[in-house]
Amino acid sequence: MKPISILFALFLIATTQSFAQDPVPSVVVKDLTGKSVNTSEFSNDGKPMIINFWATWCSPCKRELNTIAEVYPDWQDETGVKLIAISIDDARSQARVLPYVNGSSWDYEVYVDTNQDLKRAMGVNNVPHTFLVDGNGKIVWQHNNYSPGDEDELYEQILSLIE
Amino acid sequence: MNFKVLRLLVLFLGTTFVSTTGFAQDDDNKAIITGNFQLDGQYYVEDTAISAVVPDQNMALSGFGNILYRKGKFTAGMRFETYLPAPVGYPAGASWSGTGIGYRFAQYSDELFDITVGNFYEQFGNGQIMRTWEDRGLGVDYMLDGIRVKARPFKWAEMTAIYGKQRYNFNNGTQFVSEDLGQGIVRGINGDFDVTSLLDSVVNIPGQLSIGGSFVSKFQDNFSSRYAFPENVGAGSARAKYNIGGFQFSGEYTWIGENPSSMNSQIVNIPDSLDPSVGLWATGEGINLNATYSVRGFGLSLTASSLANMSFQSQREAGAFDSWINYLPATSVLQTYLLSQLYPYATQPNGEVAYRADLFYNFKRNTALGGKYGMKLEVSYTHINSPEITEVNDLNTSRNGVEMSLFKPGDELYFADFNARLTRKFNKKFKGSLFYQHIVYNNDVILGAYDYQNIPTKGTVYADLFVFEGNIKFNKKNNVRFEAQALFTDQHLQDWVAGVIEYTVSPHWFFTVIDQWNYGNADGDKFHFPSASLGYIKNSSRISVTYGRQRAGVFCVGGVCRVVPASNGLTVSITSSF
Repeated sequence: MKPISILFALFLIATTQSFAQDPVPSVVVKDLTGKSVNTSEFSNDGKPMIINFWATWCSPCKRELNTIAEVYPDWQDETGVKLIAISIDDARSQARVLPYVNGSSWDYEVYVDTNQDLKRAMGVNNVPHTFLVDGNGKIVWQHNNYSPGDEDELYEQILSLIE
Repeated sequence: MNFKVLRLLVLFLGTTFVSTTGFAQDDDNKAIITGNFQLDGQYYVEDTAISAVVPDQNMALSGFGNILYRKGKFTAGMRFETYLPAPVGYPAGASWSGTGIGYRFAQYSDELFDITVGNFYEQFGNGQIMRTWEDRGLGVDYMLDGIRVKARPFKWAEMTAIYGKQRYNFNNGTQFVSEDLGQGIVRGINGDFDVTSLLDSVVNIPGQLSIGGSFVSKFQDNFSSRYAFPENVGAGSARAKYNIGGFQFSGEYTWIGENPSSMNSQIVNIPDSLDPSVGLWATGEGINLNATYSVRGFGLSLTASSLANMSFQSQREAGAFDSWINYLPATSVLQTYLLSQLYPYATQPNGEVAYRADLFYNFKRNTALGGKYGMKLEVSYTHINSPEITEVNDLNTSRNGVEMSLFKPGDELYFADFNARLTRKFNKKFKGSLFYQHIVYNNDVILGAYDYQNIPTKGTVYADLFVFEGNIKFNKKNNVRFEAQALFTDQHLQDWVAGVIEYTVSPHWFFTVIDQWNYGNADGDKFHFPSASLGYIKNSSRISVTYGRQRAGVFCVGGVCRVVPASNGLTVSITSSF
């Protein structure tokens, strides 16, 4: 069956290829006040950035971001890293994003990707999906899924970026 | 895969290859190829007890692969789709079959313009007037094929114009087969304006205000010799959002012109057996209002929404899941616990009056209730009622069959959901949460609760759900998460218990065992729904194997949520991004 072989070929490419150091694609998302922001303007003064896709209805996403929230001040002190949380909540649950973010006392930069334009552009299948962007704006690592302990692996990746 | 598709693929990859190698000089202008794909294989086993459907072909294979090519301001992309055949219950609407290219586009975008030719997804405002979107897990794809132009002439303005034909199905590898149903043409314009930055140099108004508006119209030939169906149906919307201090207020109002369709013919029983799609020749209205107040550690959100005759589909005779131009999501909160998924609310586009309140509170660290790490409280209440319908009963001349007003509730309760959750970390090793939900579910209207013979339950279901969830972290990598759920109801299938145990070894492995047991079913068999999953994750790739009985609904496993249809058998799923 040809389609299967093509998809398996893609899978092989995906798993064997080292990450291509691509920049973050330029897509318009909204901040929590409703203002449009182009993702090409994402920056952290030459320090690494985490881009994390999540949703208010996704329990593992919330577990991940709440776990990182506990250590985020330490991460920021030690590496200067910034976490950008991209909510893929649509009109159904979007009204819950702002109160959830504030209610959870998150210090992340949060944007809404209401029709999943950025999710599509970055090839995200499922949430949670985490990208690590180096100081030059290039994606150097990504991880799908969340299991407790994954945040340690992410932090090691951040540390390896700043040496 | 047919020859044409193959040639296209070769051409596409060839072009990509040439441009990657040929012009990759400037680092910022380098050609980039990215993509993602998903492959789901299913093997069905017979399970007549729960009326699990086994298709003629007892295996299903579906998948897709997206490839995106970017170079500077230029992007091109396509999606290869395959359904050999699609899994049972997938997609949500018209059938998808065969193998082919279901999506392809080319796009140029700079600071001023963004032009797309081919397939695109677009949303105006909150989507109440227009949202073309996809959910591949659900089997939903309402994309348009045509042209989209966006212009950002000023920092404070964005304008969009679209013109296209909507995807209806995916027939033997080709999209948009809809000769019988008409053209499904959709056209629209939209403008969004940031009033605060526009007036920035003139006056300094407090807070931040943005406004917007859209006009969308659809065209479909009139095939009827009996009725003069409107061939063009227009719709307009206006919206505003205002932020000040910790407050945010937003609202959107949408109006749709006379739009007789098979969907709105269900509002009243139309005595016209000759042509079931005659529908009501009434206009539609919808409104969505939200107020939020939030500060660090506290968030409150109030939502009010009302719909009257709001179905807006690009084809007059479209089924309940087909050809939607607008997006009318349920006002209720999307719950992901297995037993909560027994009673998911579905929006009633023909009319409803809905309210929701959400509260989020974080008890501070080192307080009596907060403990060492703090404690989270989430409370939410949703209440959805029927609209008051005045039947005009003029079904012969004007065919303006009913009158409805927004926010004028009728006597019938459609749905209510009160839920509260407490989450607390006790120590480095243990985190726990308690969840309670009370559900009122009018199945005569929602039609989401079925018995084991696939017959919808009559009347209203009143259910109470209790969940205890815990997380034990043995060490840096090994973790066990468990859920103990109990649902009590005297209606439908009566009482259930469910258990989930998920063992994960970060960052690569997960193993999950689930059982849902309908132990309290006094009227029939007390079925178990057991299943087990094993999965492996490496960076952005994930492979999982699941065996067991599954009910339809949102299914969360190994840290990812997606929607799966009911089945019994073996499922293999692979997803990857590159």
